[in-house]
Amino acid sequence: MMENNWYIELAWIVAKILAVIVPLLIAVAYLTLAERRVIGFMQLRKGPNVVGPFGLFQPFADALKLMAKETILPAGADKTVFMIAPMLTFVLALVAWAVIPFDAGMVLADINVGVLYLFAISSLGVYGVIMAGWASNSKYAFLGALRSAAQMVSYEVSMGLVIINVLVCVGSLNLSAIVEAQRDMWFAVPLFPMFAVFFISTLAETNRAPFDLPEGESELVAGYFVEYSSMSFALFFLGEYANMILMSAITTLLFLGGWLPPFDFAPFNLIPGPIWFILKICLLLFVFLWVRATTPRYRYDQLMRLGWKVFLPFSLIYVVLTAGYLVATDSLPGLIG
Amino acid sequence: MDAYLGDYLPIAIFMAIAISLSLAFILSAFVVGSQKPDIEKLTAYECGFDAFDDSRKPFDVRFYLVAILFIIFDLEIAFLFPWAVALGDIGLFGFWSMMVFLGILTIGFIYEWKKGALEWE
Amino acid sequence: MISSFFFYLFAAVTCLSGLMVVTSRNPVHSVLFLILAFFNAAGLFILLQAEFLAMLLVVVYVGAVAVLFLFVVMMLDINFVELREGFQKYRTLGIVIGIILLAELFTTFFQLAGDSGALPETTGVHNTAQLGRVLYTEYVYLFQLAGLILLVAMIGAIALTLRSRPGVKRQSISDQNSRRREDTVRLAKVRSGEGAEAKEGSH
Repeated sequence: MMENNWYIELAWIVAKILAVIVPLLIAVAYLTLAERRVIGFMQLRKGPNVVGPFGLFQPFADALKLMAKETILPAGADKTVFMIAPMLTFVLALVAWAVIPFDAGMVLADINVGVLYLFAISSLGVYGVIMAGWASNSKYAFLGALRSAAQMVSYEVSMGLVIINVLVCVGSLNLSAIVEAQRDMWFAVPLFPMFAVFFISTLAETNRAPFDLPEGESELVAGYFVEYSSMSFALFFLGEYANMILMSAITTLLFLGGWLPPFDFAPFNLIPGPIWFILKICLLLFVFLWVRATTPRYRYDQLMRLGWKVFLPFSLIYVVLTAGYLVATDSLPGLIG
Repeated sequence: MDAYLGDYLPIAIFMAIAISLSLAFILSAFVVGSQKPDIEKLTAYECGFDAFDDSRKPFDVRFYLVAILFIIFDLEIAFLFPWAVALGDIGLFGFWSMMVFLGILTIGFIYEWKKGALEWE
Repeated sequence: MISSFFFYLFAAVTCLSGLMVVTSRNPVHSVLFLILAFFNAAGLFILLQAEFLAMLLVVVYVGAVAVLFLFVVMMLDINFVELREGFQKYRTLGIVIGIILLAELFTTFFQLAGDSGALPETTGVHNTAQLGRVLYTEYVYLFQLAGLILLVAMIGAIALTLRSRPGVKRQSISDQNSRRREDTVRLAKVRSGEGAEAKEGSH
C-alpha cells in the first residue's frame, strides 16, 4: 500500500463493504416479506398486502415499529451478555460475506482458506444462542438455547464432512477455485446425495423448519429470544434471515457452480455472473420457505438420530468413496497455488 | 507479505463496520423508543406466573456427551481438511494413511452406537 | 506499519482478556473472555501467515472446546466463599507453576530473539497444502497416534457420562414401517349395549 493514498484505498474498501452490506440488509427485509407472502399463498391466503403496493413497504413498517419499542432488560439478566448476544449473531451473519465471491475476481477478501473461514464463522453462530439463553435468566430461553446449541453442533459435523467431499474434488480451500472447478459440471450432479445432506443440514444450522425446535412456539414460546424486544430482537431476526441467505450462498458456491451459467452457450452465458449467483440463491431461499410451509416439526430424538446416525456415517462413507474413486481413476486435481 | 495481509484487511474493516452497525441499531432503539421499565415488565416470562425458581439449573448430562463427541469429530474434520487439499500430492500412501485413521475412529463410532450414546431419550 | 498496529492490538487484547479470565468473578464471563483470547490469538496466527492454524483455532477451540466449557460452567452452582478458600489453599502451588511457565516462556523468547528465521519463508504453496504434504506421509505415526488419542477420548467420554435411564420409550422406525393393517386393525360388529370384546394384542 502506498503511503500517500492509503486513505483512498481505505475509502474504496469501505465503499465495497457497504456495497455488500446495504443490498444484503434490503434482501433480508424482503426475505421476511417473501416468506409471509409465499407461505400465505401456499395456505390459500394473501399475506401482508396493505402497506404500499403488494405490501412492499411492510418490512420497513415492521422495522420502524420495532425501533419505537421499548428495549427491555429483564431484572435477573446479565445485562452486558444479554445485549452482546444479538449483536454477535448479527455481526457473524454479516462478516461471513467478506469472502463470498460474486463473480470471477469480484470478492472483498480472496483468502486462501475461504471455506475454512466460512466453516469457522458458522461454528461461532452457536454463541449468540447460548449467550442469549443464559443471560436472559428465563427457563424457556435457557432450554431453547441448550437445544439449539446441541442441534447446531450436531449438524456442524455433517456439514464439515460434506465440505470435505467437495474439497477432495477441488484440491483448494479458495472459494473462487471451488467455483471454477465446476465449469464442466456442477458438483450437485456427481455429489447429489451430499448436496441433499448439505441442504438439510443448513436447515438445521439456521434453526429453520422442520428443525425449528429451539423456538418451538408451542412448547418453548420462542426459545432463546423470549425475553428480547425492540431492536435487540430485530438484530436476532435480521441475523437469522441473513444466515439463511448466507447458507444459500454457500450451497450455491459449493454445489451449484456459484456465478457460472447452467449452460455455457447463448443466451445463458450472456447474463452476467452475479445475476446467476443471485438467481440461484433465490431459488434455494424459495425452497427454504417451501419446506417451512409443508413439513411438520421434527421431534428432538428424531433430529439427533438423523444428524448422528444417518448424516454423519453417510457423509463419512461418501468421503471415502469420492476420494477412493478419484485415487483409483487417477483423476485427482493437481495442486493450485 | 502485503498482498497476503491485504486480503485480510477488508475482513478486519468489515468486522469493524458490522460491529458499529449493530451498535447503532441497538442505540437507535434507546433513542427513539421510550423507556419505562416497571417490575412486571422486567420479570422473566413464565406464562404469567412469577418465576418458580432459578432458571440456571443442572441439565441432562447428554448435552455434555454431545459436546464432547462434537469436539472429537470436529478434530477429525480438521485432520481431513489438509488431506483433501493435498491428496493429489501425497498419492496412494496418503490415502491409505487417512483410511487407517478413519478406521480407528470408526471403531469408536461403532462403540458409541452400540453403547447407545447416540440415542436421545 | 498496519501489520504492527494489528499485532499490538491483538497481543494487547489477548493479554487483557487472559487476565480477565482469571480475575472475573462470574465463571461464564471467564469463558467468554477465554473465547475472546482465542479469537485474538487467531488474529496473531494470521499475522504470522499461518492462516490454516488461525482458522482451526477458531473452529476447534472457539467453536467446539469452548462450547463444552460453557456447558459445564453455565450450570455450575458456584459458591463463591468456597472458591475463595480454594484459592488460599492452592496459592503456593499456583505461584510455583506460574513461575515455571514464565521461565519457560522467557527461555524460548531469548532463544528466538534475534533469530529472524522463526518465520519460514513462503514457497508459493499455502500452508494448508504444506501441512498436508508432510502430515500424512512423513509424520504418519504421529498422525495415527492422534487417531488413537481421539479414540481413547471418545471411549472415555462415553464411559464417564453415559447413564442409561430406565423406562424410556424409544421410537423404532423399522417396527413402525413393518406394521401391517392385518396386525393392528380388526373390524368388529358391535351390538348396542354389549361393546366389543377386547382381543389379545390390541390396545
